[in-house]
Amino acid sequence: MSQTVDVGTPPAPPQDERVAQRSTLGRLMARPEIGALAGAIVIFIIFFIVAPPFRDASSLATVLYVSSTYGIPAVAVALLMIGGEFDLSAGVAVTASALVAAMLSYELSANMWVGVVVALVAALVIGFINGYLVVKTGIPSFLVTLGTFFMLRGLNLAVTKIVTGNVATNAVDDIQGFELGRKVFASTFNIGGVGIRITLLWWILFVAIATWVLLRTHVGNWIFAVGGSAASARAVGVPVNKVKIGLFMTVGFMAWFTGMHILFDFNTVQSGVGLGNEFIYIVAAVVGGCLLTGGYGSVIGAAIGAFIFGMTNQGIIYAGWNPDWFYFFLGALLLGAILLNNFIRSRAEASR
Amino acid sequence: MTTTAETKTETPLVRLTDAGKNYGNIIALQGVTLDVGASEVTCVLGDNGAGKSTLIKIIAGLHQHTNGSYEVEGEDVRFSSPREALDRGIATVYQDLAVVPLMPVWRNFFLGNEVRKGPAMDIAAMRKTAKQELLDMGIDLRDVDQPIGTLSGGERQCVAIARAVHFGAKVLILDEPTAALGVKQSGVVLRYIIQAKERGLGVIFITHNPHHAYPVGDNFLILKRGRSLGYWTKGEISMGELTGLMAGGAELEELTHELEEAGAESSGLREVAHVFEQEVAELHVGGQPTPPSGNIEVKRDPTQP
Repeated sequence: MSQTVDVGTPPAPPQDERVAQRSTLGRLMARPEIGALAGAIVIFIIFFIVAPPFRDASSLATVLYVSSTYGIPAVAVALLMIGGEFDLSAGVAVTASALVAAMLSYELSANMWVGVVVALVAALVIGFINGYLVVKTGIPSFLVTLGTFFMLRGLNLAVTKIVTGNVATNAVDDIQGFELGRKVFASTFNIGGVGIRITLLWWILFVAIATWVLLRTHVGNWIFAVGGSAASARAVGVPVNKVKIGLFMTVGFMAWFTGMHILFDFNTVQSGVGLGNEFIYIVAAVVGGCLLTGGYGSVIGAAIGAFIFGMTNQGIIYAGWNPDWFYFFLGALLLGAILLNNFIRSRAEASR
Repeated sequence: MTTTAETKTETPLVRLTDAGKNYGNIIALQGVTLDVGASEVTCVLGDNGAGKSTLIKIIAGLHQHTNGSYEVEGEDVRFSSPREALDRGIATVYQDLAVVPLMPVWRNFFLGNEVRKGPAMDIAAMRKTAKQELLDMGIDLRDVDQPIGTLSGGERQCVAIARAVHFGAKVLILDEPTAALGVKQSGVVLRYIIQAKERGLGVIFITHNPHHAYPVGDNFLILKRGRSLGYWTKGEISMGELTGLMAGGAELEELTHELEEAGAESSGLREVAHVFEQEVAELHVGGQPTPPSGNIEVKRDPTQP
């Protein structure tokens, strides 16, 4: 290595200084979540001005709680999107895990945690099947998970009716282990007189772990690579299929976690809920800077996206506006985010 | 490795002797002999369908040869996967599979070979190494954090090559690295090939452009329809001969006639035929570089009403 070829390149120091100058503003602007952050600040200020109840600390706690219930699955959905795939079955998978846990424990008169663990296995299997079908058949994940979405939707309803004779599960709050489950998945604690839901802490933890994995570990490097160009990643020895299946299973895990929150919070589970939530997870990820085509994005961005969703969702109520307008705003937000992302992407790929 | 000949001739890094490949009863490649030693560039030239990609795939370990022999450092080998070839120091840089455009340069550089520190990556070391390695090879990047897609096509190829060199390649197979590049960009890649050679690597440079091959090559293999047309060292063949063999002078003439007949009523085709005529004429003269298209336009005018 001592024999390096000098081809008369100028010494580096002056150029490095130029980089240092650029990095303060330039690098910040190049972050995928910067657009979402700006949007979140604007929306926060708007509601702060127009909706007096929005200014209360307890309102903020509620907003954060709503954000966390969408933000937790959005963590995994964002990772999956960075890895270049979609999961339309995530919303009903949440319900499916909750149903499995509730019905299994109730019908078998088993400890609640048996149901919780079986539901986790079921959710991971759903994720594995999604991922396996996508990597083995090469069919776009949009179609594969659209299929599993409808299948799960049908299963949720049909199996629940067969087992309970009803569209909802029976109450499980008197089953052994329920109290512990509620503590872990759905408790509330007080900070300065404001009730904080535990999902907020879990959400922060999941975002931190996912961000660390994505930016600091080799697995994160692989996730970016399989989303950005699966063929190039494969050519340098990245296990593309394993990474993708792992990402689908991560979505399964987060869906399970959210399902457990619903179960222990509401005590019974409606078999028809969760429809359409998969789009909200995707919206959160896209608003947060994830590219639909993969290879670019951020988990923190998806968290900000979920926060924007939570603020808008609750803020419209606090402002006394007609909540019918909510989805209009959501759609407008999504369009704006996509336009911004396209702009960023074209800059990133400028010379292509 | 034990059978090293430390006398006057070194054992070549890669040697194919009369190698061939059949797919069932289809002969894809036949009678290919080539070698590449340390600090040598062996160019493989041929038109589309000449068998260049089959040859690469054999050397890179994607396919196995069915006839002849394939030796790495004097040892008979038969790779069953690209990973095995890589472990023997044979790295392939494919033209279109080189990099992930949206990822920063340093992440691309270490993709699949990340430096780990505990459960995490040693990012500072990776950044520094990527920058230094690229600098050593003559690419001075402002910032290894920029997406690699912002580099030019030639620079991207160079990063892919530098990566292969850094991870211990002894032999580089470059699959048409200049095919999609402009003149200036091609120059960057060609200069880089020479640098790899000066660092002691063997390079197998696949191209269909003799103007790119001749200045950097030490040995030349010309393939045509799965057969070797010959194998020369630089002293044995001139640029003109190489171009003539490569283009297949007689065939080009035939093509010109065909186009003229087919294009009697189409001025577009006539134009193409005329360009070919020009090229054939040049080949007979001795293979000077193709004149810019502007010249052809001027010469065409008097003959075309």
